[in-house]
Amino acid sequence: MILPAVFLQSTNFIDALYIVAFGLFIYGLSGLTGPRTAVRGNKIAASGMAIAFVATLLQRHVLHGSSTPWLIALGIVLGTAIGIPAARNVHMTAMPQMVALFNGVGGGAVALIAWVEYRHHFGGQFALKAEIPSLFAAIVGSISFWGSNIAFGKLQGILPGRPIKLPGQAAVNAVLFVICLASAIVLAAGTHSQGLFILGILLAAAVLGNMVVLPIGGADMPVVISLLNAFTGLSAAATGIALNNTALIVAGMIVGASGSILTNLMAKAMNRSVPAIVAGGFGGTLDAPESAGGEGGTVRSTSAQDVAIQLSYARLVVIAPGYGMAVAQAQHAVRELEKALEAKGVEVKFAIHPVAGRMPGHMNVLLAEADVPYDLLREMDEINPEFPRTDVTLVIGANDVTNPAAKNQPGSPIYGMPILEVDQSQAVIVLKRSMASGFAGIDNPLFYDPKTSMLFGDAKASVSEVTSEVQAL
Amino acid sequence: MSTITEIAILVLAAFVGFEVISKVPNTLHTPLMSGTNAIHGIVLLGGLLVIADSSGVLEKVLLVVAITFGTINIIGGFFVTDRMLGMFKRKPDLPEDGQEGEGE
Repeated sequence: MILPAVFLQSTNFIDALYIVAFGLFIYGLSGLTGPRTAVRGNKIAASGMAIAFVATLLQRHVLHGSSTPWLIALGIVLGTAIGIPAARNVHMTAMPQMVALFNGVGGGAVALIAWVEYRHHFGGQFALKAEIPSLFAAIVGSISFWGSNIAFGKLQGILPGRPIKLPGQAAVNAVLFVICLASAIVLAAGTHSQGLFILGILLAAAVLGNMVVLPIGGADMPVVISLLNAFTGLSAAATGIALNNTALIVAGMIVGASGSILTNLMAKAMNRSVPAIVAGGFGGTLDAPESAGGEGGTVRSTSAQDVAIQLSYARLVVIAPGYGMAVAQAQHAVRELEKALEAKGVEVKFAIHPVAGRMPGHMNVLLAEADVPYDLLREMDEINPEFPRTDVTLVIGANDVTNPAAKNQPGSPIYGMPILEVDQSQAVIVLKRSMASGFAGIDNPLFYDPKTSMLFGDAKASVSEVTSEVQAL
Repeated sequence: MSTITEIAILVLAAFVGFEVISKVPNTLHTPLMSGTNAIHGIVLLGGLLVIADSSGVLEKVLLVVAITFGTINIIGGFFVTDRMLGMFKRKPDLPEDGQEGEGE
């Protein structure tokens, strides 16, 4: 009995388990990059995590002390009790903010651990090699926690999605950053009021996290979440260096690196640069000249019956879904409409903008849920040349990603963003709740185009109504 | 472990991260973000490593909260990723993804 225990708790065995865990993380992540292997990849990465967790518990000193196992169990049970229902019950539409929240608590954990590590070394000697990473983890973890919470608030609609700008924001941010850095240097150099300084760092970083994300418009939030995700990964790696734990270093750094790449890919899909996004203000009407043409134009509204007739006698109909479809949970109704039209011999395609919705891939997930055949989905570059021969384009709750201002109004804040060129098609029908502007808060000249007609109302109700009209024809 | 070893590990892990993510279809950006998000929940281990040495109620409370946060990050993260990916699962034949499937 004693021998196996000694073996299980040996550093060699624990290191071996860690190495297995790394292998599983890397293998799982590479699986996540392909549609066929993604589900398995996620499970493989999760099993790697389970192995790393068990290996850590095996370390002799981890469960030391009479209350320790109970406290650990308490944390795990609480986390499970909160995490599983949250993940299980969240709607597909609310996925992005859920990811933001999960990312935030990760950053929070990093900051708290760094704080305790610091308290633990009060008065004693704290090797610089451990102290510097701890301070880094405290700052970055705290920024990530608060920044993610703001991102969550914006996507959930608790905070306005529009950029919130305060006067002299850049200066304030710079000052906060200097406070963080200066406190860190003072701490590393050694001071008597360590407790005060570490709290100061955590607080300044907290305010900084809030201030950095608040001025960023809702449309950029996915990129911001991805960036904060990479930050949390880096801070986890820093914690690993401070605690001499390879598992944290490897896993944290892999996330830090892959998260940065992913952030770049996402920004590129929107034709935006990461520094420009962080500088903020995107989608603000504050400094953006209002769209010159069209604002005074008139909007033509139509009825479900007219839409049904228009669609039924078309040869090619392209459906361009956006966040409105997600909010209204209209994907199943859209699938029914597609089937009804195909029964009438109409060719139906779906135009998927890379950032339609709140996240890249958001629309694909929803349409897949509704069983829309994958081969009807067209990416932006594929579908754009087809618009001129499209008889009717049905825009369902998409706004900014169809806004022609991105192409022909150099003053527009979204100028240069690649869009679905729905304005090229013969006719456009826009399903929309109201004339409110999109998430980026920019007026859309498409609505005033003479060949555009608007069908106002809840997307799900409108689509169902159109479907039954089509079937009745 | 020596500082130089740790930095070497750090650099190599960074390259692995860069390499793994170099080509991803847009569709999978969100699940991938969510999956990497779950992996940094590994900070949970940091909480486990320091709780035995902590002293005083404040430190214990902070660490229990940290462990709770880490657990939410891991369990919620993997679970949500699985749910997202479950949306793709029912399509056994993905016609247009030949080029992506080969990467594995």
